Amino acid sequence: MAKRIDVSGLSAFYGSHKAIDDISMTVEPRSVTAFIGPSGCGKSTFLRTLNRMHEVTPGGRVEGKVLLDDENLYASGVDPVAVRRTVGMVFQRPNPFPTMSIFDNVAAGLRLNGDVKKKSELNDVVEKSLKGANLWNEVKDRLNKPGSGLSGGQQQRLCIARAIAVEPQVLLMDEPCSALDPISTLAIEDLIGELKERFTIVIVTHNMQQAARVSDRTAFFNLAAVGEPGKLVEIDETERIFSNPSVQDTEDYISGRFG
Amino acid sequence: MDTSAIPQNPPPAAPAAPSEVSGKAVRPGDRIFLGLSRGSGIALLVIMAAIAAFLTYRSVLAIQGDKANFFTTFEWDPSGAEPKFGIAVLAFGTVVSSIIAMIIAVPVAVGIALFISHYAPRKLAAPLGYVIDLLAAVPSIIYGLWGALFLVPHLTGLYSWLDSYLGWTGIFSYSQGAARSLFTVGILLAIMILPIVTSVSREVFLQVPKMHEEAALALGATRWEVIRMSVLPFGRSGIISASMLGLGRALGETMAVATVLSPSFLIGLSLLDPGGGTFAQNIASKFSEADTFGQDALIASGLVLFVITLLVNGAARLIIARRKEYSGANA
Repeated sequence: MAKRIDVSGLSAFYGSHKAIDDISMTVEPRSVTAFIGPSGCGKSTFLRTLNRMHEVTPGGRVEGKVLLDDENLYASGVDPVAVRRTVGMVFQRPNPFPTMSIFDNVAAGLRLNGDVKKKSELNDVVEKSLKGANLWNEVKDRLNKPGSGLSGGQQQRLCIARAIAVEPQVLLMDEPCSALDPISTLAIEDLIGELKERFTIVIVTHNMQQAARVSDRTAFFNLAAVGEPGKLVEIDETERIFSNPSVQDTEDYISGRFG
Repeated sequence: MDTSAIPQNPPPAAPAAPSEVSGKAVRPGDRIFLGLSRGSGIALLVIMAAIAAFLTYRSVLAIQGDKANFFTTFEWDPSGAEPKFGIAVLAFGTVVSSIIAMIIAVPVAVGIALFISHYAPRKLAAPLGYVIDLLAAVPSIIYGLWGALFLVPHLTGLYSWLDSYLGWTGIFSYSQGAARSLFTVGILLAIMILPIVTSVSREVFLQVPKMHEEAALALGATRWEVIRMSVLPFGRSGIISASMLGLGRALGETMAVATVLSPSFLIGLSLLDPGGGTFAQNIASKFSEADTFGQDALIASGLVLFVITLLVNGAARLIIARRKEYSGANA
């Protein structure tokens, strides 16, 4: 259930402004790849090009190729809706559907995908997904309560359960812990470690310790100046990036000697 | 963190220097503003109470003098030797025409609002919004004239068609004649309340947090599914409020109804045949010729309309409050 991502020559635009320039990289299946870099360097924008969410923004436009195994997500005739069903996403702020119960939140994606499942089957998937997100024990007695009543960390795990319920190939996480307290953050980080057995995970983070803790490979993004497009500086094994990066800028950023 | 900057023992609160913070400094601006805002608040309550007292007093006079049952009588004759009048026909006509207006207007308005907020390209959305708002500015007498001179003659065809297929229900039976009926009034009211319902709904749809829409999008929702999963649930209470605003206007609409309807004090099963009446229309058409007691009778009917409007608004608030837990507001 995990696929390799091959990006080549990818640039993204907001209207006429180029946000990221000519990025190429490979993301290995069943691994965690972290994107780090200063604010505005385009790492979130890049993440959103991987499930075609970038073009949802007014003026959003993408050039280049993203291959999921061998299929180009930006080939003509590819339905962005289908792409997003294969590449799941977790956002910066927990965003469970406020009008839905916990159960319905997890089941939402399954119901969308059209194959109307039997109630028992749906129950199984919801339970499995909530267990997969380490949330089952906390919510099993109140599945019919609204998801917005949970704590922030629980809501974020609910969103992860919702994303993995549809068995995506890839899971994108856009600063998933930046709105959470340290204990909830730890819970999510542990969860990421478990999820990488099943999914290809890409995580954007501002927290370099987090990148060092959870990821196998790390990509460092940077921009020449404000208003300039962001670029990929380097991508390598996380250990190497944090101990002996090949580019001076990376070392400066990681050691805090930067901007 | 450098803790040396934090004093171990905070200095005692300085009672020695009261001049800066204690004592009541009199600021004229504050007092004037306080007086103004308190005065307007009190004035509002006084005016409301005065209106209520006036309406109730005159209504009680009227109902005491009524020789027939005020609620069930199909007649309006307050100036005869034996004054007989009742609101049954008016209540029926008001409620039915407003319900018809809601059934037609709310789905259309929600559709237009969704189109403007989520489907139309931005270049089209803004002008379309202006046009809708402009419709709300057209005086109701203009709608009335248009209804009487255009809508009424053009609806006879539709009504004959309805009669031939649905006439057996009784509700849609239509004997030829000018279409100055409650149904026509309902259609006209629908057009009149469309702008307010549309623009309020549109505002609410535009306020749906981006993150809720993206949650649905990222799961692989199509545009319609995004609307169903995040926009409509979030906008639900807004749609209800918008509908209630529209309903309020429909219940109280006077000139347009008076221009279009051919009134009678009968309740017919058919909504397409001419006849019936509404509170506001009845008051408008009878008030200028009424004697004092006739005026009292009309005021009594106005009081009933007022109560109906209050009840409708109360019901709407209940509906909104019932599922507050699930509303988007606490997200």
